Amino acid sequence: MSHTTQVPHRRPAPGPSGAVPAEPPRARRRRPTSQQLAAWAFLAPVALYLALFYAYPLYRNVDLSLRDYTVRSFVQGDAPFTGLENYRKVFDDPAFGPALTHTIVFTAVCLVFQYAIGLALAVFFNQHFRLSATLRALFLVPWLLPLIVSASTWSWMLNSDSGIVNALLGAVGIGPVNWLTSPDWSLTSVIIANIWIGVPFNLVLLYSGLQSIPASLYEASALDGAGPWRRFWSITFPLLRPVSAITLLLGLVYTLKVFDIIWIMTKGGPADSSTTFATWSYRLGFGNLLPAFGPGAAVGNLLVVAALVFGLVYLRVQRKQAPA
Amino acid sequence: MTRPARRRLTATALTVVALTAGATACSSGDGTTTATAEDSGTYTVWDPYPQFAKDSDWAKLLDDCGGKAGVTIKRTAFDTSDLTNKALLAAQQDNSPDVLILDNPVVSTLAEAGVLTTTDENKVDTSKADPNLLAAGQADGRTYGTPIGANTLALYYNKDVLKAAGVDVASIKDWASLTAALEKVKKAGKKGITFSAIGTEEGSFQFLPWFWGSGAQLTDLDSAQGVSALSLWNDWLKKGYAPNSVINNTQTTSWQEFASGDYAFAENGTWQLANAEKAGFDYGVLPIPASDGGNAAAPTGGEFVTVPVQGDTGRYATTRKLVSCLTSTENLYATDTTLSYVAPTAEVQDKQVAENAGLKPWVEAVKAAKGRTSDDLGTTYPKISEQMWKAVQSALSGAESPEDALAKAQSAVK
Repeated sequence: MSHTTQVPHRRPAPGPSGAVPAEPPRARRRRPTSQQLAAWAFLAPVALYLALFYAYPLYRNVDLSLRDYTVRSFVQGDAPFTGLENYRKVFDDPAFGPALTHTIVFTAVCLVFQYAIGLALAVFFNQHFRLSATLRALFLVPWLLPLIVSASTWSWMLNSDSGIVNALLGAVGIGPVNWLTSPDWSLTSVIIANIWIGVPFNLVLLYSGLQSIPASLYEASALDGAGPWRRFWSITFPLLRPVSAITLLLGLVYTLKVFDIIWIMTKGGPADSSTTFATWSYRLGFGNLLPAFGPGAAVGNLLVVAALVFGLVYLRVQRKQAPA
Repeated sequence: MTRPARRRLTATALTVVALTAGATACSSGDGTTTATAEDSGTYTVWDPYPQFAKDSDWAKLLDDCGGKAGVTIKRTAFDTSDLTNKALLAAQQDNSPDVLILDNPVVSTLAEAGVLTTTDENKVDTSKADPNLLAAGQADGRTYGTPIGANTLALYYNKDVLKAAGVDVASIKDWASLTAALEKVKKAGKKGITFSAIGTEEGSFQFLPWFWGSGAQLTDLDSAQGVSALSLWNDWLKKGYAPNSVINNTQTTSWQEFASGDYAFAENGTWQLANAEKAGFDYGVLPIPASDGGNAAAPTGGEFVTVPVQGDTGRYATTRKLVSCLTSTENLYATDTTLSYVAPTAEVQDKQVAENAGLKPWVEAVKAAKGRTSDDLGTTYPKISEQMWKAVQSALSGAESPEDALAKAQSAVK
């Protein structure tokens, strides 16, 4: 963890105490001041926590992906180091292309709809009409439900033969759609379910972002003759940009790794038509009687890298927006 | 000057950590469960029966057997799908339980991993168990455990629906007569047959009786016989004899469809017998027919009692006492009755049939059944099975023809 090493370096900066400004660095290292010790003591729990629960599992996952694990070598702990062999295997797999496309489509479509619907609802609820608080609370329900409950409910509703959705479609004269069992529809179905689950998250963050836009701006623009549409595009949207950026970034990370909904609804099928990297990784590692830990970990790491790239993009954009 | 840069670095590092933590959450399932207790008087047992609580007969039986061997039993129940990985992790940390009760197709995988002792080492007596059941726990001439109970698949049928459709069950002898019966049922306005073709091991388990019934071999998925089995299912779906939902059905959801009373047939297992009694309609059980008549071999289900490798080999003596107790004739009868399983030994099977005549077709089905990892397939079975359920899903969902799907599966196995 690079940030843990920074505390001693920061010492020369004019601190509030200013007690030992002239002391040479060598002497200081030999006898740390009590303040320094305290700083380390404060840092230790979080550093330890991060190392134990984030850094180590991540290291293990990278290690898993670089070795040729069979069930036997997994138990004996003598898996030979094979470099990038697992990654090569994953890239050459015929499932790679479709899984990549599905991951991108799933993430992009979910993000766009979750954000657009979330923003529309946030603006709507910002108008403080009667029952707006109650309605807003109701919109949070999808977020509060355990994923297994919502995903199972969706899969019942979308059942080809006895689902309510097909019953409703039948009532208006549209033939049954095999939502979960047709390769043409399964990805759409899990996207719909995931959008429904993700809207409240966007609603809450964007709504709180709206609160911080001063009402005076709207009043002033209204006096200048700006209509509601103009007010939205010239005030709400630009001022909401920082909140939007973090909402989209968090949404991206959550959506990239969505697993439960897809697994419960379609298991990535039929015929891999709704397989994303997350479900593929799980299938390789745990979905078979004979686990393939190496390739499974490799796919997991690809997801990590993807999330990382977007995190760095976010930091870059943020730095440009607010020049220090 | 340096401070903003440093802060940026900190922010980068923190974001990196937070993001990666978020993304790894699904891939690093390093759950550790300590099995071997420090206390040498405590013996650990892992089983895949989470439905049995502490006060159940099963838990009491374990405690009794522990008492007879002079030790305390610490029992942990896992979900079946979870147990393999838990056992592998425990073995990796030299923490294996003393007794591990394991789904039969997994035995060869764990044996391959070197987790299980052979019967030569642990001296467990397997002489009474039926050879076709025991075969699932054998690899390279070694035996890695003894079956505690077996189940298999057959066709449940709804007598009322068949009567209304004018179908005589006795006429169902092969695939053609079964399909003809389904056609009659559909014409009578009822639903034909339900099964589970889900994209997991369950899907392969359900497809196997038809696959084997066609005369196909697991080593040759895209043979003409294999294609005929998949085409049979495919045609049923196309003609509406089977619902489209089978592609996503587990054996439980498939049973729920049958229990609604609308379906004529359901392919399901021994373990649904108790639920069949509660279904509220008259049901019967029919062995799954082979393509040209006779009964198809169904895959065996059920668990094995195994003894994982221990650092302290002195523990095997007591463990053997526990295993013999659990698999003694009297206890097998009690256990298999609670599990709604068929016993693995002829002696107990006779007792079960004498007690409950309804079990007769099931005992026969189990005798004709075949282990999935038998024929020395061992750990190649899981690879074949995964490709097989994928092919079934591809064909039934209309993504590919049965021929192409199975040809692709066969080339992926190689």
